[in-house]
Amino acid sequence: MSETHYTTLNLGPTHPATHGIFQNVLTLDGERIISTEQTIGYIHRAFEKIAERRPYYQITTLTDRLNYCSSPINNIGWQMAVEKLLGVKTSQRVDYMRIIIMELARITDHLICNSVIGVDCGALTGFVYVFQERERVYEIYERLCGARLTTNIGRIGGFERDFTPEVVKMIYEFTDRLPKVLRQFEKLLLRNRIFMDRTINVGPISAERAINYGFSGPNLRAAGVDYDVRVTSPYSSYDDFDFEIPVGTNGDTYDRFCVRQEEVWQSLKLIRNALDNLPEGKHFVDVPEFYLPPKEDVYNKMEALIWHFKIVMGEIKVPVGEVYHSVEAGNGELGFYLVSDGGRTPYRLHFRRPCFIYYQALPEMIKKGVLSDAILTMSSMNVIAGELDG
Amino acid sequence: MDNAFITSKLKTRFPDGIISTDESSDMLTVVVSSGVIHEVIRLLKENESLGFTFLTTLCGIHYPDRELPLGVVYHLHRLEGNVRIRVKTFLSLEHPVIATVTDLYSAANWMERETYDFYGIVFEGHPDLRRILNVEYMDYFPLRKEYPLEDQTREDKDDRFFGR
Repeated sequence: MSETHYTTLNLGPTHPATHGIFQNVLTLDGERIISTEQTIGYIHRAFEKIAERRPYYQITTLTDRLNYCSSPINNIGWQMAVEKLLGVKTSQRVDYMRIIIMELARITDHLICNSVIGVDCGALTGFVYVFQERERVYEIYERLCGARLTTNIGRIGGFERDFTPEVVKMIYEFTDRLPKVLRQFEKLLLRNRIFMDRTINVGPISAERAINYGFSGPNLRAAGVDYDVRVTSPYSSYDDFDFEIPVGTNGDTYDRFCVRQEEVWQSLKLIRNALDNLPEGKHFVDVPEFYLPPKEDVYNKMEALIWHFKIVMGEIKVPVGEVYHSVEAGNGELGFYLVSDGGRTPYRLHFRRPCFIYYQALPEMIKKGVLSDAILTMSSMNVIAGELDG
Repeated sequence: MDNAFITSKLKTRFPDGIISTDESSDMLTVVVSSGVIHEVIRLLKENESLGFTFLTTLCGIHYPDRELPLGVVYHLHRLEGNVRIRVKTFLSLEHPVIATVTDLYSAANWMERETYDFYGIVFEGHPDLRRILNVEYMDYFPLRKEYPLEDQTREDKDDRFFGR
């Protein structure tokens, strides 16, 4: 009876504990994980191929569907990549509006991820608390762009609509309300003995391995590396603001949780600051070649009609060249490698999708751990199926 | 650390391997011959004065009209001091084989599988080179330019006037 028998367990493709469609075939010795084989690609939609046939302004809708928990960051990141190629400089008001929207998106992304860590260890209450706040952010998006999840917010050169006084009021109300809810949420989990026992030293990764694996975002910072795209390569006037980059020490599930939690506080501060100092002006910059004119103008002004026609029919010259632009998305460095041959569509567009890159470290992180910890590690890494499969 | 330093470092070590360097885009772009790519990346990563320890992306590109049509583009990042570099190498369609960098960067594993999946570029020495996003029985490489996105036999759709 000395022979060891391993169990093979199929976790996924659809499994209530994995929050997305991907498969892990685990080899188990009792409850300990011996090895993991990952299969991904269940919702691959060939965005990079589709992008090669779409004009620049139509690609924003593809980026929505990458990390759909924080789509405004993807949208705006893409628009900034195009602006970098075109050499368009945005105004301070546009930059600040973008910061406000992107930080709202970061808050929702982190809230979902952190509350789901709670759900996966059996604490459903916190999830319900913060989900209500996510709803309020979605109402703000709705006011701005009409959509909630796949927002398609903003345009190349700015926003399609300005912040109305009502939107400003809603954002202020949100920033007033959230701290109370956050404190409640943290009271439930942050120093909760059971939660700490379940998460401390679960799925750790060292800083060195994390860099080698191409980690970015909160997962890298939890391992102790203070790399944040917003600070190292400031875009959209992030350098006008003071904010802290929280870092962890062990790179375990608890550190990832704490880093995200602190980032929510920092984002709140950023939103507040940006909104207080929001400069007056227009919500878009003057790039008629790329910014679709307002509909009333298209119907009533010759100039606007011509630009509208030229944009839609693809008669605009785009410079030849290549750029790499990255933004700090909800779960890491979201990069756009854009090659243009001067045509109306990108010649090649590659998305650096952060979770595609760091998800491959999962087998190493959960090895020798127990199955229930593997689930927690997975949810704390914030793997979003849409971004994983591209 | 400036671009001239990186360029001179690379050029002294690989006098024949560096085909061109270009600073006109957003970061230093180096085109190297495919035979020395592994050594170039190793130097960039392991040399103490260079230290590009972070592999940002690795992806393929296809230029059907060129002599060497298939390309691999590496974006490397030195986190201290925030220096980025783009390394490109080109391969022939008949022999699209290149050395893997998975021994240097664990992150390259899936990126190389993705590049293989989309462009059919074979990474020699890769521990597990299989398709990753597409189905295993697919018999073509979809991101190559000769594969049209939509069914070309359709007659009900005429996109000519939309510049397509």
